[in-house]
Amino acid sequence: MAGDTLTSSEYIKHHLTNLTFGQHADGSLGIAHSSAEAAQMGFWAIHVDTMFWSLLLGGLFIYYFKKAADTATAGVPGGLQNFCEWIVEFIDESVRGSFSSKNDLVAPLALTIFVWIFLMNLMDLVPVDLIPLITGWFGIHFMKVVPSTDPNATFGMAIGVFGLMLFYSIKVKGIGGFMGELTFMPFQSKNPVVQAILVPINFLLEFVSLIAKPISLALRLFGNMYAGEMIFILIAIMYNAGLALGLFGSVLQLGWAIFHILIITLQAFIFMTLAIVYMDMAHNEH
Amino acid sequence: MNINLTLFGQLISFAAFVWFTLKYVWTPMMGALEERRTGIADSLSAAEKGKHDQALAQERAKEILVEAKNQASEIKSQGEKRASEIVDEAKDEARAEGERLLTAARAEVDQEVNRAREQLRTQVATLAIAGAEKILQREIDAAVHKDVVDSIANQI
Repeated sequence: MAGDTLTSSEYIKHHLTNLTFGQHADGSLGIAHSSAEAAQMGFWAIHVDTMFWSLLLGGLFIYYFKKAADTATAGVPGGLQNFCEWIVEFIDESVRGSFSSKNDLVAPLALTIFVWIFLMNLMDLVPVDLIPLITGWFGIHFMKVVPSTDPNATFGMAIGVFGLMLFYSIKVKGIGGFMGELTFMPFQSKNPVVQAILVPINFLLEFVSLIAKPISLALRLFGNMYAGEMIFILIAIMYNAGLALGLFGSVLQLGWAIFHILIITLQAFIFMTLAIVYMDMAHNEH
Repeated sequence: MNINLTLFGQLISFAAFVWFTLKYVWTPMMGALEERRTGIADSLSAAEKGKHDQALAQERAKEILVEAKNQASEIKSQGEKRASEIVDEAKDEARAEGERLLTAARAEVDQEVNRAREQLRTQVATLAIAGAEKILQREIDAAVHKDVVDSIANQI
């Protein structure tokens, strides 16, 4: 365990540092060896661990669902096909329930969001020290295995959803309709002078509520997963504090992990449902 | 916790996954589901139709059975009628044959009686002549009195 030679705060900090690849201060490219070095790399750096795990999990998702879709027949379904169809039908029902317009992209979008986020969150249930320990043997000392505790991942998805919201808003309502939604709501007046005064107020309100959508999507998922991960790390610290606390910690870890199963599913579901609702709002006139 | 290029990496991978899911997962899977739905609906209606057909066939079978029963009883009564007719005919024939035999037997008996009578007649004539010869041996010539004896014999 990494905590043997580190203080608790160093241990926590170590666990919260991504494996960052970027340009060092001296101009050479390479892996950051400390969180300070990683922070100094600035924007032009990449979190190798986040990319690796999210792509691996996304790859697993599309591999198995593609396999199920390829063998999908109208006959009696097999185990994998059954499972995938169960999820697909669940998503289909959710989309039918919340999305009233016609857009073939929304359901696959929801399916991707739900399964991908669920798989990324699921990595939270792997004991916090297990994968860093294994990669440590190969000389990689920083390894954050839960991509959804990296705001880059959650913001990446939220910005993707936001982009689609803007695209379909403008496509369905036109530039004018979209701008009108931003400036003539919620306060309206028959008097042109009063209306002119109301436009900036409306714009302020609507713009904030528009921007709040992707930010709340990303931060909700990130915050929940980050907090959950933090509690796992804190529980792991107890293992160093003697036998009694260690046993107590393992009971806590089990309890928190069981509770966390609910959270990871719920967060994936919330992200998906809100994405569907936002897409629905983009397609409908107020 | 730094925002950096990873953001764009994640954004691009997200877009790629969504595109892949739309193209290769969602569409074929919904197609299969839809196909199965129509298949099940077809099978259900086919089963319903089969049930209906079976009911019809059962009704038809019942009708055929009743008809067959009727035919059988008709044939039976015809047979019985024919049998009694045959018996009656046989009886009539037997009676006629019996009568015929009886007549033949009677005729034969009559014939026998006649023959016996004829024989007796000749014998009586001979005996009468022999007796009369014995009685009238001396006086009566058989040749002379032959017409008398013959008339007696004829009266028998």
